[in-house]
Amino acid sequence: MHIENLVTMLNQINSFFATEPDRELGIEGIRNHVQRFWEPRMRRLIIAHVQAGGAGVEPLALEAVKRLEAVKAA
Amino acid sequence: MQSRFDEDFGTPASHASESVTLTIDGMTVTVPAGTSIMRAAAGAGVMVPKLCATDSVDPYGSCRLCLVEVDGRRGYPASCTTPCESGLNVRTQSNKLAEIRKGVMELYISDHPLDCLTCTTNGNCELQDMAGAVGLREVRYGYEGENHTKSLKDDSNPYFTYDPSKCIVCSRCVRACEEVQGTFALTIEGRGFDSRVSAGMSEKFMDSECVSCGACVQACPTATLTEKSMTLMGQPDHSVITTCAYCGVGCSFRAEMQGSRVVRMVPWKDGKANHGHSCVKGRFAWGYATHPDRITKPMIRDAITDPWKEVSWDEALQYAARRFQQIQAKHGRDSIGGITSSRCTNEEAYLVQKLVRAVFNNNNVDTCARVCHSPTGYGLKATLGESAGTQDFDSVLASDVILVIGANPTDGHPVFASLMKKRLRQGAKLIVVDPRQIDLVRSAHIEAQHHLKLRPGTNVAIVNALAHVIVTEGLVQEAFVAERCDVDSFNKWRTFAARENNSPEALEAITGVPAKSVREAARLFATGGNGAIYYGLGVTEHAQGSTTVIGIANLAMATGNVGRRGVGVNPLRGQNNVQGSCDMGSFPHELPGYRHVSEAGARQLFGDAWGVTIQHEPGLRIPNMFEAAMDGSFRGMYVEGEDIVQSDPNTQHVIAALQQLECLVVQDIFLNETAMYAHVFLPGSSFLEKDGTFTNAERRISRVRKVMPPLAGKADWEVTQALAQAMGYPMNYSHPSEIMDEIARLTPTFTGVSYEKLDRLGSVQWPCNEATPEGTPTMHIDEFVRGKGNFMLTEYIPTSEKVTKRFPLLMTTGRILSQYNVGAQTRRTANNAWHSEDRVDIHPVDAEDRGIKDGDWVGITSRAGQTVLRATVSERMQPGVVYTTFHFPESGANVITTDNSDWATNCPEYKVTAVELTMVSQPSEWQSHYKRFAKDQIGMVPHLEAKA
Repeated sequence: MHIENLVTMLNQINSFFATEPDRELGIEGIRNHVQRFWEPRMRRLIIAHVQAGGAGVEPLALEAVKRLEAVKAA
Repeated sequence: MQSRFDEDFGTPASHASESVTLTIDGMTVTVPAGTSIMRAAAGAGVMVPKLCATDSVDPYGSCRLCLVEVDGRRGYPASCTTPCESGLNVRTQSNKLAEIRKGVMELYISDHPLDCLTCTTNGNCELQDMAGAVGLREVRYGYEGENHTKSLKDDSNPYFTYDPSKCIVCSRCVRACEEVQGTFALTIEGRGFDSRVSAGMSEKFMDSECVSCGACVQACPTATLTEKSMTLMGQPDHSVITTCAYCGVGCSFRAEMQGSRVVRMVPWKDGKANHGHSCVKGRFAWGYATHPDRITKPMIRDAITDPWKEVSWDEALQYAARRFQQIQAKHGRDSIGGITSSRCTNEEAYLVQKLVRAVFNNNNVDTCARVCHSPTGYGLKATLGESAGTQDFDSVLASDVILVIGANPTDGHPVFASLMKKRLRQGAKLIVVDPRQIDLVRSAHIEAQHHLKLRPGTNVAIVNALAHVIVTEGLVQEAFVAERCDVDSFNKWRTFAARENNSPEALEAITGVPAKSVREAARLFATGGNGAIYYGLGVTEHAQGSTTVIGIANLAMATGNVGRRGVGVNPLRGQNNVQGSCDMGSFPHELPGYRHVSEAGARQLFGDAWGVTIQHEPGLRIPNMFEAAMDGSFRGMYVEGEDIVQSDPNTQHVIAALQQLECLVVQDIFLNETAMYAHVFLPGSSFLEKDGTFTNAERRISRVRKVMPPLAGKADWEVTQALAQAMGYPMNYSHPSEIMDEIARLTPTFTGVSYEKLDRLGSVQWPCNEATPEGTPTMHIDEFVRGKGNFMLTEYIPTSEKVTKRFPLLMTTGRILSQYNVGAQTRRTANNAWHSEDRVDIHPVDAEDRGIKDGDWVGITSRAGQTVLRATVSERMQPGVVYTTFHFPESGANVITTDNSDWATNCPEYKVTAVELTMVSQPSEWQSHYKRFAKDQIGMVPHLEAKA
């Protein structure tokens, strides 16, 4: 999987939830969406990317990914 | 000719609540007020002779055969046009009536060919029947006078013949075209003796506006309009009620059979989705089921460069099982997955997801709804609480304002469109939101009050602009919102919608729609009475598809248009079982009944029933599978009944991913484009060859019934079961009814569903459970499924697919009436007579700028690729927008669509691709390659070799 594609997808999700006036709710919206809909290897990659600095990831999404549950190896 | 297996009550039923009691031939009869004497008599078992009356159209009173005597009334009133009244005493038979009827029949027969023995309708002809009923023995006028018996036939339509010599000018066909179909393609031309049925302006049927729905053929009482299949084969000996396998309307049909051969498909009068109506696909385009291209033997090969080897079922299944198990052993549990089909039955979709979850032991299952209505599932669940439309189709007959956004019902859902047009002719108002001038905008006796001709990709902006007007002009149904919706979410949304940047004026530059039109449309929708929203793939297949669905739900809730007849949010599902395949747990994050895999209780329930542990993490979606295939972590795929190579966006990417797979198993009735990359081919079965159920766009579960044995020996559900067994899992259903019983046991919205109930009631709409044992036509009546309706904010985010100097036009895609989806079925029928190639539609101004004339070959280039199609110059398009269909693989429409997708669901953004069109003189490189590749692949199939 290309991390560029995952970052694009994540930032799209970010755009929807960024409208939420309550920043905390926005972050939780992103986190929850990724947790519920992204397959573990996708989450594993994006978590690793954020841990490495998160280049290209929007600020709210960055925070949301940091809150994702750790994904066990398959 | 209507089905001889159906009873004809002569005139439509009255739905009045009051009843009247009268006497007919000495019998006391009670019927709803407004019922005709003819229908009341028929209900009591008295068949009054008739010719111009049939219960699909309003009474006409022209043939004078159905006259009756009524005490206290002068003359002989026509029973078809005379309503019952309390206390009437009616006689349907007397010497005088017999004399009149015989006289009428003499006149008809004096100008009718007497070739009954060799006539197509011999054995099912109302004229013949009436001659018998009145005891006609001679014709006093002879047969030598002026007559029409030498009139020429019109054979132009591939499916039916018009023979004017057999016409009795009863106008049933004309009325059916008007009242049932709503096309107004037929008329009676001439006066007196010269009167004849005419298609269009004295044109051949194929040259006229006729859409070949078959309503006229069905209504004809003689052999004037007859199916060519009947002419070829003769009368059927039995019939079976089943459900169409084309669009999401899910029409019920009576398959009229000779043994296991289909003679014709006639729309079932008692079908609750279609009420006896049909379109050219369901009615006539069923011949693909026995097309010579069908592959009926299992095949295997080690590599896609190898020829296919025909093998036994057992060998093919063992081969597939072994390769899947080897992949999992080497690359892990999550390295394989499966795709269910919206063209297969609920039971088959359920089994495929069960195979993935219980046998593959992961959640890597997805369905073709991914590329069409997955945003509907997400958006409606998040706002209303259920991933489904809120109404039944008949609800539209109580609508006052109909908002159609991103849908083209006359082409995509034609039978429902006829119902909608009927309501529009009765006076309902229409708002169309579409970049193109679709037929609904202006057609016979229909004209939209507002056509908001927006730029592709700006749906959210339009929905927000409508919301802005509703919020700022005091048009919110405050009481409804206060009682039914989550007030905090509403207040937040109200503030959002009221922002100036959401005003029609602010958004006009983005949408291209004049603010005045948006304001007027919003006022009409909010204040015009029952407001219903219908939408299609023009909403969902966008980068903000889910956002628009959410915005639509917001609009419906804010205006109080949810929870009763005539209103609601109505997704028009593309394929016959999109709703059902989603219901059955085909998404990688949801078990059947839309329960998330993270819910421990749901996992436990299914895990216990299946004897396995269900994984709690969501699986891969289709585009994620392709990505994972490219990086080597996904290596095996089981695809049932879907052609991802032709239907998914960015064809080159899809093919590259499939070429990485170690084992691709395709189960289909034809060697589709995907199968050309497969290692195992498992022959599938058409809808005529299996039992099961489909669930249509209104949540209606209808039976699919086997009318012929599977050509390959196994129905699709049996194949999936055999694959599970080959992988060591004990799956042992003996009939699809047992699968439905299991679904009912495990799915709260289906607990009341059984084949026995479906056979008894004809169909039911889920939820069907203890609370609603006969189903639920309208959802969210007293409260939303989620409790309080949830408003969500819908900021407009422009798509990243933008026009530039290099790609100055926006291309959008869609479908047309005669072809269906990837065309695998309809391309193998005579429907090609209407549409034999995909074309690109372009506005005259854009065409002139590029020197393109109608019919020219043009290259269409996008950031993803290039293809070549012929151009149609059309004012239906707006400047800057071009349009094409994707029914023919050689067109390569998806070679040019991009990887852009909906933020929430990854539904592809088929509706917005920046392109440029240029004149060319040869096919694109991709097309040349495709032609060679497809020829090679077809040549590798033993029984198709000769075709290559």
